[in-house]
Amino acid sequence: MTAATDAAPPGFGEPDAEDLRQADLPPIMPVAIATLVFVVADGIVVAAQYGRRANLTVPTVLLAIAVVLLLANVVQLLRIRHFAWPVFYRVLGWALLAYAVFAGILEFVFVYDHTPTRLLVLFSAMLVLYALDVPLMLSYSVARWQPLDAT
Amino acid sequence: MTDIAIETPSVVDTPPGADPGTSPPPGSGGHGPPPVPSFDIVPVRALPIVAVVLIGLVAAIATNNLWALTFFHVAGGGLWTSLDLFLGLVLGPIMGAMSVPARVEFTTRFMPKMLLIMPTLVAMTLGAGFQLARHVGNLEASYPHHGWLVASYIIVGVMAVIALGLLEPANLAVLFELKKPRPNGERIGRLMKVFIYTAGITGLMQIATILIMTFLASR
Repeated sequence: MTAATDAAPPGFGEPDAEDLRQADLPPIMPVAIATLVFVVADGIVVAAQYGRRANLTVPTVLLAIAVVLLLANVVQLLRIRHFAWPVFYRVLGWALLAYAVFAGILEFVFVYDHTPTRLLVLFSAMLVLYALDVPLMLSYSVARWQPLDAT
Repeated sequence: MTDIAIETPSVVDTPPGADPGTSPPPGSGGHGPPPVPSFDIVPVRALPIVAVVLIGLVAAIATNNLWALTFFHVAGGGLWTSLDLFLGLVLGPIMGAMSVPARVEFTTRFMPKMLLIMPTLVAMTLGAGFQLARHVGNLEASYPHHGWLVASYIIVGVMAVIALGLLEPANLAVLFELKKPRPNGERIGRLMKVFIYTAGITGLMQIATILIMTFLASR
């Protein structure tokens, strides 16, 4: 604790309405991070085999797990009844745009490099998951702390 | 550990004898709400700079220009590492010792810029790095030091998960919290801690990447 924070006012740290709502929310962030872990692991496994005939069994399994996790996360997200949906969709829209640009640059690299079709399909699927999962995390992280009537 | 909690602006004590509804001036030592300056969550005026950088990156990849690829990779990686280390090891402790109004003002001016700077630097470093490695043949599985390269993939992968799963969401959540009429100071402090600490962790992991990269470049 520093001197700058010692003079906290009465009531400081007391939970507000958004704090109290957190217990009712499903584990969106852990599942989203797990999805990202599988996507990143998939990318590492595929990239490590670059330049030789890759065995795609493990990468395909990792990708399938990531897809299942993302879908399950979307389902549990859509089942939340009391949530700042307008804020969520506003952030999601802009984040999707931003991460589509980043994913697009990486896709351009793979296409430009004449990446073999089998690998390109895997890389593209990973990029789609990345470009959906990260905006989901960003928009959820914001909306979970917003009042229900926030726009 | 440095505590970077921000005093909640929603709690306003009226001193005995003072007019109801008035609050002590910011920084006067009272418990008045620190003013939250007006700010844009995304600094729109900086977007053209980001666009120029990304167009330059795409041009470097499309032309396979060795100097341009090296520039984007080294400059991006160097700035990314420096910023992370500076943030986690220098700026974090300084912020913890700042007065509450100063911290709020600093956060509203600093965090929106980080929202654009960090993803741009990451795209520069990784996009140019992948193409550079492919161009000079380091990406091939037959490359003699391939194991070291795979080790760097793993480190970058862990950093990516930390940055995208913890750091960026905390950054954005702080900015939206500060936009509220009554921001929750304790929540901002918690989120800022996540931001500063994860930046420090990724900065330290970057050192491992730099060790591997300089080793490979000197072979």
